[in-house]
Formats: sequence, C-alpha cells, structure tokens
Amino acid sequence: MPATAALHLAAEIGGPPHYDAPHYTALAQLAERGTLDFVTLGDSFARPGLDALAVLSRVAPATRRIGLVPTVTTTHTEPFHVSSAVATLDWVSRGRAGWSAEVSTTGAEARLFGRRPAAPAADLWREAADTAEVGARLWDSWEDDAEIRDVATGRFIDRAKLHYVDFEGATFTVRGPAIVPRPPQGHPVTVIDGTGGPSQDAAARHADVVLVRATTPEQAAGIRAEVRRRAATYGRDPDALRVLVALTVDLGDAETVPEPGPESGPRLAARGSYYRGGPVDLAELIGQWHRGGAVDGFHLTPITPARDLERIVNGTVALLQHRSLFRTFYPGGTLREHLGLARPASRYVLAEGRA
Amino acid sequence: MTAPTQKQMHLAAHFPGVNNTTVWSDPRSKSQIDFSSFEHLARTAERGRFDFFFLAEGLRLREHNGRIHDLDVVGRPESLTVLSALAAVTDRLGLAATVNATFNEPYELARRLATLDHLSAGRAAWNVVTSSDAFTGENFRRGGYLDRADLPQVLGSARTGGTPYTRAAEFVATARELWDTWTPDGTPRPFRHHGQHFTIEGEFTVPRSPQGHPVVIQAGDSGEGREFAASAADVIFTRHGTLEAGRTFYADVKARLAKYGREPDELKIMPGVTFVLGDSDAEAQERAAEIRLQQISPQNAILALEQIWGRDLSSYDPDGPLPEIDPVPDSTLVQGRVRIGDQLEVAARWRALSQAKGLSIRQTVIETTGRQSFIGSPETVAAELIEFVSTDAADGFILVPHLTPGGLDDFVDRVVPLLQERGAFRSEYTGSTLRSHLGLTEPVWKG
Repeated sequence: MPATAALHLAAEIGGPPHYDAPHYTALAQLAERGTLDFVTLGDSFARPGLDALAVLSRVAPATRRIGLVPTVTTTHTEPFHVSSAVATLDWVSRGRAGWSAEVSTTGAEARLFGRRPAAPAADLWREAADTAEVGARLWDSWEDDAEIRDVATGRFIDRAKLHYVDFEGATFTVRGPAIVPRPPQGHPVTVIDGTGGPSQDAAARHADVVLVRATTPEQAAGIRAEVRRRAATYGRDPDALRVLVALTVDLGDAETVPEPGPESGPRLAARGSYYRGGPVDLAELIGQWHRGGAVDGFHLTPITPARDLERIVNGTVALLQHRSLFRTFYPGGTLREHLGLARPASRYVLAEGRA
Repeated sequence: MTAPTQKQMHLAAHFPGVNNTTVWSDPRSKSQIDFSSFEHLARTAERGRFDFFFLAEGLRLREHNGRIHDLDVVGRPESLTVLSALAAVTDRLGLAATVNATFNEPYELARRLATLDHLSAGRAAWNVVTSSDAFTGENFRRGGYLDRADLPQVLGSARTGGTPYTRAAEFVATARELWDTWTPDGTPRPFRHHGQHFTIEGEFTVPRSPQGHPVVIQAGDSGEGREFAASAADVIFTRHGTLEAGRTFYADVKARLAKYGREPDELKIMPGVTFVLGDSDAEAQERAAEIRLQQISPQNAILALEQIWGRDLSSYDPDGPLPEIDPVPDSTLVQGRVRIGDQLEVAARWRALSQAKGLSIRQTVIETTGRQSFIGSPETVAAELIEFVSTDAADGFILVPHLTPGGLDDFVDRVVPLLQERGAFRSEYTGSTLRSHLGLTEPVWKG
C-alpha cells in the first residue's frame, strides 16, 4: 500500500442562526479539541444571521490553533474591503484565516443594495475570481520586509517594497497597495465550493482548498484528478491544492443502521452528499476513502452542529486518531501549516527575481 | 470631596494613527498591526474604565510628490474585524470603528455594525466619515464619489448628486431604518427605503441589537458637520483648542440640538487630545519637547514644509532657514491627507516667525504644528481636564497616545485615579453597554 498523505478534516459550525458569540466560540473550541484543520461559517445576505467574518474574528482570541474560514460574498461587496477584512482576520488569529468565496445570484439580494441588477452565476463567478485575484495581489503588495523603521533616514517603510496592484477587471478596478500589511500567512487560505458548474474555473485558478461532491471514492478520485488537471493548466502546482469531499452528516441516532452505509457510500442529497449513521461508521467511510487516495480529506456539515459536532469530535475523530489516521495535536500554528501548504512569496518579489 | 452632582467626564482611547503624532523611532514603540498591540491598549483603556476604544480607518496609503509617504507609521487593519476580536478580550469597553459612508453601502455596513453590537453585547459605535476624493476612490467600485457611481442611469431615475454630508445623512438614517426592522420580540419584517441616494428593499438579516442602534459618532467641525452631528450623532469627535474656543464650540453645537427635538445631553462633545506626563510640570515640559523632536524628524520637517509650499524642497537643510521662494497654490503634491488651509498665508506666517525668533526649518515646524494638548504632572493634567469639562468646553476627551501600545499606561495609572478621587470620572462601570457609559438612552423602536 502506498504511503498515505495526511488526512484533512474541517467542519461547518453554522446552522440555525444564533446571535451571540458564546455559541460559536464553544463550537470552534470543540472542533479545536478534535484538532480539525479548520471550521467554516456560512453566510448569505439572503437569510438571517450575523456577518460570518466578524463572528470568526470574535472567536479568534478564544481559540489558538484551529483555522477560521468564513463565507465572504463577492457580489455586492467591495473587493478592496474583502481583501482588507480577510487579511485582518489573519492578523487577529495569528495566521489562521481563510475565506470561502460565494456569490449572490438573486434579485432579492440585488435589491438590498440597489446598485445593479442580479446577474447570471457565470458572470458572478468571473467577478469572484477577479476578487480572489485582486485580493492575492493586495496581500502581496506589501513585501514581508517592507517595514524598516530606519531612524537614520527617518523612514518607517521602504516604499520600493510596496506595490501598486493596478487591477482592471470587467466590473471594478483597484489601484492599491493594500492598507493592511502582508498577512502572517502571506495569503490567507482561499476555499471555493463547487465540483463543476460556474465556480469550477475560479476554483482551478484561485482555490487552495476545493470542496467537491461525490458519492463513491471512484467518483471522488475522478473529480480530484480533474480539479488538479485544470489547476495545472493555469500553471499551478496541483500538489498545492487540497480537495475535500463536502459531506452533510446526520449523526442523530447512532444506533440505527447506517444509511446507506460505508460500503455503498453516502447518497447524493440536495446540497451535496449526505451521510446518516453513527460516528464510528463515518470514521470507517473517511478512512476508506482517504486510504485509497481518492481525496485529501472531508468537510463535514453537521445538520445540527450543537449535537453532531460533539459526536464527530469524540466519536469519529477519536477513532481516526486511535487508528493513527489523523493528527492528535497541531504540529503547526497556521492554517497553511495544518493543510501542508507552503507560505507563498510575494509575486512582486518573484517578478523581480529576488526570491 | 466634590459634590456628587459634579458633571461626569467621558474618556476614549484612540489607537495611535498613521501620522507623525505617533512616534515609531522610540525603542518602546511596538507593532502597529499585531493583535497584541490592540489588545494591550484596549485592556489598558478598560482597566481605566474608559467609555470606548477608537479606531481610525485607512482606505488608501498617503502619497507625497507622487510616491507613497514613507516617514510615518504606515499600515493598519480593517476596523470592524479588529473590534470584533477585541470584543473577546474586553467586557465593558465600547468599541468604535471609523467607517467611510462613501465607499460602503447601507445594507452591508448596517449589518456589520449590528453584528458587532451583538458580538460585543452592546458596545458598538460607528464614527461616520465621508470622502469626496477620487484618489481614494481608485481602490473602489464607486470610484470618484458622486461623479460616476451615482449617475442617474445606474438606477434608472432622474436623480442628482448631493454632497458627502447629504449622502452620509441619508446613509445613517437608512442604517437606523434597517436596525429597526426586526420587532423587539425578534420577528424580521421587510423594509423599503426610497431616497435620493439609496433605493433598497428586502429583509435585514440581523435582529435589533443590544443597544437598539450602535452609537453614532461624527468627526468634523465644519458648519455642515456640526449640523449633521446635531441632527443625527450621539458623539462629536472634534478638534481641541483653547478653553474659550471649546466653550464657544460647545455652546454652538448644543444650541443646534433643540431644532431636532433633542436635549443637550443627547450629544457628547469629545475633542481629540494628546498629553505628556511627568513627575513635575517642568519634567513634563522637557519630555514634551523631546517628543516633539521625535515627531518632527529632519525629514518630516522638510515634508511639512513641502505640504505648505507645494513643491519639492528636498535640497533644503532642515537646520537651515526657510525657503525664499513662494508656495505653489493648489499643488497636487500631497494626496490622501487633509489640506492645511491657505498656503500663501501659512507660508508668510511661518517666515515671520522664523525671522522673529531665528528658527530653523525644523524648529519652525516644531513651533507651529500641534503642540501637545495637556502637559504636566498628573495633578496638573487632571485639573485641566476637569476644568474643560466642568466649564462646558467638552463632555470628555478622546485621548491620542503617541506610543503604540504603551502610550496610555501612565495616564491610566496616574491620572485616572485622580479624576476618580475628585469625583469627575467613574470608578466602576455601572452599565454594560456603551450607551449606558455615555448616559445615552436606548433609541425608541420605530417599527
């Protein structure tokens, strides 16, 4: 059997909306006890709930290692603000930030802003890709050693190490440089949800983590190979991508026979793949799919986070750890380190051949 | 012991800014971006029972002579995100974010502010600022304010523009409508706003927040700014001056409230102030002079001169005399910072001062630009602060330390206890929300 790459696990902590910080802090701390790579928190202008990036910023000082990945909508928002907010989340979490790009397609959401009408998803994902591109440029626009504090010349920064990004897209332009100095991870982790369809191209170009839907390991392996191939066509190293199967899980009644069971795999539900059963069988499924090299890991969305996350951590994760299939502590401090992703050098350093 | 009816002072802590008030060359100066710096200053302010912690905002790095300005502290985080994190490490301290109304939309910003109010259990504040410069607009979809994004064809109706203030006023009013859309018992209801600048409708995603509405701060002293504050703000962040100027400003602003059906107490006047402490007044004066030298480095002195002269003066010796040549009016040398006023007039004044006292360029700049507001022993500074408040020149102060992050330590350790002893400032928080610290009532729900 070939040596197996590290297993990566993440969990969504959203669900029915809560409007207080302790609820989300407790869930993130629970996921951190399970040494998960990161938690996600979904967000949308279309349904009740707090701003997810702010919630995870509130959670950051109450956690130490776990990655924090809010959904950030790119459709009616300012790309410059998005980049600044994600970079700031990286600063306040000391290198644990990511963001999951999402678009708003409905007319109802467009009317909340009153700036422009709803647009087709394909256009909005092109804009999301532009937002990811300008975000990465802005994160690179301060070189890591731009701050010099040179008393002799009176200079706080070396302005040769700050760069205009001069981005011109179809729907916006950004001059730069960033207001926020380069974040601790260089680039906070970009997560894009989508196997196919309009987000596929944005994922291939910009995602560090791609969430995919699959009901069998064979299907997952095929999708993973395709995602990696497409990334390579954009000149990216496919090994710098993590492909996680998105699985909605219901661990509500651990005594029932798993449905449909680890042998046949999860069934496809309305929003991706759906698993219902006990935490032990979920561990079996994760172990089998990962051992075969079909996926880099799983992103689990518990249907009832307050209940199911505890069962994932104390049941599923504990068993995977016992079988030496998952880490028992965080060897690194940043989300990139958990994911085994290198800290990128600034493109402006690379462009000038100074790396 | 002072009578218990003594007027209470309000205090806020401003995180050191990206200008030469902030001294970075001092060995005690630490990171302007690490979270630990924000945590230190916020915890210090809370230890001192301050009303709130205040963050300014940056949307474009300042430029000088077409190049990024490199002499002062540069770089800062996004305000609301940092304050959300600070809500985790403080319990009572108000958390005030400066957010530009020009480069944001009411729905999203009202949602982010309401989120902060929920996450902090009622401690959020919004310092409303506006911008009309195309330079900043180059980082945003909106671009140059009022000349592109608000064109009538965008929304298909025949609208005209307006000023930043009319847009800001409608922005604040719209945010308040959104904050009121959920019923007090937690039921979302649809909203519709049709105005000159915004036409929006739908449902807000956040219930009414613990304060009802986050506290609204207005920064700016112009007539239009005062009127806006009188009509819509809870706090006005103003320029500090003499006791007499403070009283005049205070009386003027408070007198404007009645026509909006508001009581004088419903708007707190808080000038931004700097301070230098010493064991004695003389020692504090010495320290203040040292700090001024740190603030006005030789390079910063030339730069300050160039801001007035509007031309490249890099060949001049900062320890030599002022230039003989005249300023260039309306120069675009400086971008992204507030203009100083009539350049020719300022230049003439600086030359006269330099000649009269025999001052070099650097000495002239030190002499003419922002001396610290309060300098003295803790007793002296406490007495002066109390005088400003008790004689109605201010309701309190937004303190701007010159060092990150320890610049407030001495004030909290040495001045706050004196203010408390004299009955001028709270010894403990009596409420949990920022509104309660400021003595502001919760806004009536307008369903």
